[in-house]
Amino acid sequence: MSEETQEGATGGWTGAMRRSAVKAFPPDKLLPDTQPKYVASWIYVFGVLTLAAFLVVLGTGGVLALKGPAWWHTSGFGHYVNSLHLWSVELFMAFMVIHLWGKFFMAAWRGRRVLTWITGAVAFVGSVGTAFTGYLVQQNFDSQWISTQAKDGLNAVGIGAFFNVTDFGQMLMWHIVLLPLVVGILVVLHILMVRHRGVVPPIALPGQELVAGEEAAR
Amino acid sequence: MNQGLPPAAAPVDLNGPGHYLHWGVIQLSVANLVVIGVMVLIFVLALVLRFPKGGDRK
Repeated sequence: MSEETQEGATGGWTGAMRRSAVKAFPPDKLLPDTQPKYVASWIYVFGVLTLAAFLVVLGTGGVLALKGPAWWHTSGFGHYVNSLHLWSVELFMAFMVIHLWGKFFMAAWRGRRVLTWITGAVAFVGSVGTAFTGYLVQQNFDSQWISTQAKDGLNAVGIGAFFNVTDFGQMLMWHIVLLPLVVGILVVLHILMVRHRGVVPPIALPGQELVAGEEAAR
Repeated sequence: MNQGLPPAAAPVDLNGPGHYLHWGVIQLSVANLVVIGVMVLIFVLALVLRFPKGGDRK
């Protein structure tokens, strides 16, 4: 078999993957240093605010995982990092919901951006699950109360057998391994989709021309 | 003298049961209602406030 039969068609599946990745994400698209004019609005800031809060959540969660509950419940610095974890989650959820409102009212699935919308929506649902399991693993009376309240509802819908909210070990693994992995992968996919399709333009007024970039994206 | 008061006390007394609002089957704490109100306010402000002009816009 000839190795250089055609320019750009060599390298087996590795080469094919590289070519499709470079085609979908050329460097200036992957890391753009300019954005369209319509992005100069505060409502476009909430996506990156959500991402910033998410990084603080991951960082403080990592510290809590390393030091353990005896530390975060008893030491001053442990309380501080525990509080940073809680409040960064509060900001993460608040920014994400405002981002969701903004994107919903500008119909951000326009211009073949449906996968961007879906990855964001599923990441939101995954984040709710991650926050819920986080409440369950605080190791205090609050988490006991929440788990015993939640178990009846989850048993009623038939998932209590394999998602047992009173099983601390299982909930801890969901909170620090499975759900962060799912949410993290979805966030990366979501950002890649934004890079691939571009930031959604505002909806044109009736009779007004489309904003530059929208037609190309359609 | 109240020695138990921290240097920076919360503006609202948080020692005690929370306050809840009820509409039929819907139950909502006042604290959560305040958070939702603040989020709606931030959303409206994000729509109406002018964004500082950036140098690198197409």
